[in-house]
Amino acid sequence: MKAVLLGATGGIGRALARRMAARGDQLFLLGRDEASCERSARDLEAWGASEPVGTARCDLLDPSSFAPALDQAAARLGSLDTAVVSAGIFGTQEALERDADLRHEMLTANFVGTIGFCEAVRPRLLATGDGTLCVFSSVAGDRARRPVTLYGAAKAGLSYYLAGLDARYRREGLRTVCVKPGFVHTAMTAGLRPPPFAAEPDAVARAVLRAIDAGRPVVYTPAIWRLVMLGIRMLPRAAMRRLEF
Amino acid sequence: MLGEDLEALTRDAVLTRGLGRAYGDAAMPPRPGAIVAGSRFADRVLALDEDRGILRAEAGASLARLSTLLLTRRLAVPVVPGTGFVTLGGMIAADVHGKNQHVAGTIGDHVLALRLRLADGQIVEVRPPEHETLLRATLGGMGLTGHILEVELRLDRIPSPWILEERETYGDLDGLLAALLRDSAAWPFTVSWTDALASGRSLGRGVVMRGRWARPDEAPAHDPPQGLQVAFPFDLPSWALQPLSGHAFNHLYRAAARVGARRRLAAPFAFFHPLDAIGAWNRAYGRRGFTQYQCVVPREVGTGPVAHVFEELQRRRVPCYLAVIKDFGRHGTGLLSFPRPGITVTLDLPLAGDETQQAVDALNQIVIAAGGRVYLAKDLLTRPEHFRSLEPRFDAFQAARRDLDPERRIHSALSVRLFGDDA
Ligand SMILES: Cc1cc2nc3c(=O)[nH]c(=O)nc-3n(C[C@H](O)[C@H](O)[C@H](O)COP(=O)(O)OP(=O)(O)OC[C@H]3O[C@@H](n4cnc5c(N)ncnc54)[C@H](O)[C@@H]3O)c2cc1C
Ligand SMILES: NC(=O)c1ccc[n+]([C@@H]2O[C@H](COP(=O)([O-])OP(=O)(O)OC[C@H]3O[C@@H](n4cnc5c(N)ncnc54)[C@H](OP(=O)(O)O)[C@@H]3O)[C@@H](O)[C@H]2O)c1
Repeated sequence: MKAVLLGATGGIGRALARRMAARGDQLFLLGRDEASCERSARDLEAWGASEPVGTARCDLLDPSSFAPALDQAAARLGSLDTAVVSAGIFGTQEALERDADLRHEMLTANFVGTIGFCEAVRPRLLATGDGTLCVFSSVAGDRARRPVTLYGAAKAGLSYYLAGLDARYRREGLRTVCVKPGFVHTAMTAGLRPPPFAAEPDAVARAVLRAIDAGRPVVYTPAIWRLVMLGIRMLPRAAMRRLEF
Repeated sequence: MLGEDLEALTRDAVLTRGLGRAYGDAAMPPRPGAIVAGSRFADRVLALDEDRGILRAEAGASLARLSTLLLTRRLAVPVVPGTGFVTLGGMIAADVHGKNQHVAGTIGDHVLALRLRLADGQIVEVRPPEHETLLRATLGGMGLTGHILEVELRLDRIPSPWILEERETYGDLDGLLAALLRDSAAWPFTVSWTDALASGRSLGRGVVMRGRWARPDEAPAHDPPQGLQVAFPFDLPSWALQPLSGHAFNHLYRAAARVGARRRLAAPFAFFHPLDAIGAWNRAYGRRGFTQYQCVVPREVGTGPVAHVFEELQRRRVPCYLAVIKDFGRHGTGLLSFPRPGITVTLDLPLAGDETQQAVDALNQIVIAAGGRVYLAKDLLTRPEHFRSLEPRFDAFQAARRDLDPERRIHSALSVRLFGDDA
């Protein structure tokens, strides 16, 4: 596999990249902090990446960084058959309501930036005739819930877009994998009270890698969240006005 | 505070915490609300030189995860404690020992360099012979000399990723200790488990376990199962850990006494971290209220103090079922390293208010009389006045701290309790 990863410097992306490295995939890292990308590249080489891992600057908040970063990745990897986007930011509902700058940044990075990046990488993956685009959305995008309406709105939009890519391009050889994690213990969720079924990044990464290999269009992880969200989607509006989950 | 960027996290922190496996208050904030940097997401390997056997990694890297990486490459961290869920930084701050202490010393004996943020914010690369004193103060210094950001270690090359293990039972303390010392003369890994409830003539009855890395011709061709079958128990406070039960001991004792159970091949994870492997962590929730106590008594004083420890516990009817006994070889190199030549005893203690305090006081009196020490990584209840008697090295350590951190910006609940720091 020749994969470009955006957001592998930390969290679930780091765990996923290590699993890909350990099985000898060829990797190229993109991220907003070049020094951090370099450190992660060394880490992935130690974990077994088959070639030296290249890096380039790419910031979801700076669309002009997408094409040059992907050019560098393609040049280094020769071609490119897989792209993984686990970059994203989170804010609590309270913080996002209070802080207009944070809200703008979250909506821009998680929706506008992420879709912009996917559009930039799409033609390159289509060109291989058998490409995979794996993007992290969230269970928060499945149904509007009181504690995550703003973050959830961005993720809902993203999930919608990814379902559209699947409908439009799967037949042409682009497999879209939309990842919907539940609560995962990473820096993103540090300090929040873990709900039931909270998972470790490595367990989530294992499920995501299986989904990438199988080309599954949607993966809930931990898997129980598929059922949880099925239930929540069936709740009446009146119940959603009370539900604190 | 948790994050991937330990350098940024430690800028305003009064302490750094790893995976929180210290049993006492060493990794606890000096007061509620004090900023403690959490290192466990700073876990990248920065360089792995397989030919020279050298590893450099961020200080939050966990031993369990590193071992999965190293074993397949026929390399191993040369000193490992009884749980794999510790960070490199925590291992160095406690200058941990393992089953091979009698030959390999402590982890500090294998440290090539550290990257350390000092109390004044400055970051230094500590690489002996330069900064020898700073390194010695940091080994066993319980995080009080600075925030460890990166660690460079010398690794062991191993012939196979399997352990060849033998077990033998002994009916009394003298037999057990004699066997332990005999085995340590020939084997790199030794330890014993003792029935803390046995009294009279069978006081100290137990099992001696000895092991070494298996040669390729002794080992299966495949690698052992990787250790992390249990969920990584991140948020578990150490005082919630399951005690070693009498049941577990009797099981081990009977299994070891059975013919044919004597020699076996073990996965390193199961051999080095038996408690992690039996999944004790999973059942630990809701069973609060345990701590540990670990002391070492010099070999010259004989087995008397060790026997006294058990007698004292039994006299006080402390429900302690199992003790781990191990011989130590040389001194640790840190100013406050715990190991010294002698016999070390580790106990699970239920936290039962005043009774436990009195039991610890009584045990400390025995250890003071014997000229021994207690292990700060496992201590919650030692009184400051007892600590001074136990630690003739205290003044030297405080002097080093005075030079490094005159305002004592770096401090912990432990340093408030025992080192006279203000909260
Ligand atoms: C089941 C079990 C078995 C054990 N067996 C052994 C054993 O056989 N031998 C042994 O020696 N110990 C043993 N221990 C104790 C354990 O090895 C030590 O307490 C170790 O320090 C824990 O590492 P940690 O990463 O969890 O650190 P924490 O518990 O989080 O912190 C421990 C100390 O290290 C400091 N520290 C942590 N990270 C840093 C850093 N980056 N920079 C500066 N300071 C830091 C903290 O401030 C604190 O003082 C055992 C513990 C358990 C729970
Ligand atoms: N954790 C959860 O519980 C959870 C639940 C549901 C969905 N998710 C989603 O899963 C994905 C991964 O989450 P995580 O928990 O692994 O998050 P994380 O630990 O916070 O890691 C986020 C990653 O995104 C990168 N990033 C952030 N902003 C960026 C930007 N503007 N440009 C480029 N890269 C940027 C970060 O890079 P730096 O290293 O430079 O900061 C980091 O690598 C996210 O999309 C998240 O929304 C997570």
